[in-house]
Amino acid sequence: MTDTYEPERENAGAHRRNMTVRAGIDAWFVREVLPLEAALTQYLRHNWRDNAGVADLLQDVYLRVYEAALKEQPKSTKSFVFTIAHNLLVDRVRREKVIPLEAAENLEALVAAAEAPGPEAQTIARDELRIVQAAVDKLPPRARQAFLLHHVHGLPVRQIAARMSITDRAVTWHLNEGLRALANALYRDPPERRTKS
Amino acid sequence: MSDLGKDIHETASGADAIEVEAADRVLARRLSVDWSDADQAALDAWLESSLSNRIAYLRLDAAWERAYRLEALSPQEIAEPGAPAKRWPLILMRVAAAAGVAAILGAGGLFALQPRVKTYATAIGGHELVSFADGSKIELNTNTVLRARMTTSERVVWLEKGEAYFQVKHDPAHPFVVMAGNRRITDLGTKFFVRRDNDRFEVAVMQGRVWFDASGKRTSDQTALLTQGEEAIASANSLAVRKESEQKLARQLSWRQGTLVFDRVSLAQAAREFNRYNSRKIVIADARAANQMIGGTFPATNVDAFTSAVQLAFGMHVQNRGNEIVISH
Repeated sequence: MTDTYEPERENAGAHRRNMTVRAGIDAWFVREVLPLEAALTQYLRHNWRDNAGVADLLQDVYLRVYEAALKEQPKSTKSFVFTIAHNLLVDRVRREKVIPLEAAENLEALVAAAEAPGPEAQTIARDELRIVQAAVDKLPPRARQAFLLHHVHGLPVRQIAARMSITDRAVTWHLNEGLRALANALYRDPPERRTKS
Repeated sequence: MSDLGKDIHETASGADAIEVEAADRVLARRLSVDWSDADQAALDAWLESSLSNRIAYLRLDAAWERAYRLEALSPQEIAEPGAPAKRWPLILMRVAAAAGVAAILGAGGLFALQPRVKTYATAIGGHELVSFADGSKIELNTNTVLRARMTTSERVVWLEKGEAYFQVKHDPAHPFVVMAGNRRITDLGTKFFVRRDNDRFEVAVMQGRVWFDASGKRTSDQTALLTQGEEAIASANSLAVRKESEQKLARQLSWRQGTLVFDRVSLAQAAREFNRYNSRKIVIADARAANQMIGGTFPATNVDAFTSAVQLAFGMHVQNRGNEIVISH
């Protein structure tokens, strides 16, 4: 398990010195990068030979984006992220010599079209509620029930367990499964926003 | 054993494994009622150890945070009119449990039903074979309930009770997962069976191997990689793995041919097995009868043939009393 992380571990000392910077980048990442995930996934799917590798590519894009942001925080997140995605694909294609990449000319149009919600869209609470509801709606039934009991009724794990007649651990497992599915429903395949930014 | 298993688990689904652990850590942080400095230090160390960890954590934590938007829905909005506030409507809970579906939001119909989960069940003495589009098969033994979600993206089976034999078409991109309570069995190319009696779980591998996680947590030591001929028995707090002979495992699967095969087991054990398959229950009246060792092959749903054999072979008394058959010495 540790082997996988060796290259990053070398930087651990530097990271620790930059905790404050980190917090700022974390917030930026959540606020501006994650909402691009759907468009980014679409872009990767469109330009990569099979869908199976897309999750890994996305993960790589995120790593590169975060690392690059540690050095310099970009002015325009959208073009920053899509340029990194584009470069990653170019690297992969060169290395694997598999597919012709037609992405170069599409990149700018795609960046422009990427439906990242602007701040004004995010403030529309009712719309966000609708999106979250639709995402929770897609969860497996038990996970959804556990989510509703916590997020709507405010119940702690112990009481959710009692309500659902299962163990605390089973509640945590349903929430674990649900949380991962929810993140995908919110970021990877989000329902359309009514509000255009 | 568990270290070896962990490595294989990692290579099987590296990114997924990080995500599962990240989700666990988000939940621990968010749901803890006594989060200590030591807990925070451990979390920080994990986040610092790899950027992949950090990104997975940030993403899941952000999703969790966004879900709090649901607070805007008052419980009353979900409850039926007239139902007491801050209480999940019981009638809905029951409907939900029965249908295998969580409670439904009335307003707007936003929370639609989940049609993809199918329930399969057998009655006492029942036996059913279910074939799926991916080529996998599940054979349900007596008195068994399981739910299955088989889509192009995931294959999950929840064993609610009873016993089932799985023949899985292996597909590394879409692991086949059997959940039994919070125990998780992940197929790594396999024929295996799972038996659930309340809190006791039994998993045995006839072919290939499975990853058995008795705790639902990847980091726990209650995990094992089971290979052909191995059997794991988990109760609430323990996990034992042992090697079984091919013959023994074949005997345990004799129900697939509709028979029960015993090789030197006590009459009490044999009776327990028969009682799984029949609504007329065998009751052993005394210890001497209970400890009598027996062997043989019997039709699983013909309890009278079994009791007659016991009567003949050991000279025991057999009395029919309605839904009970009492055996005494």
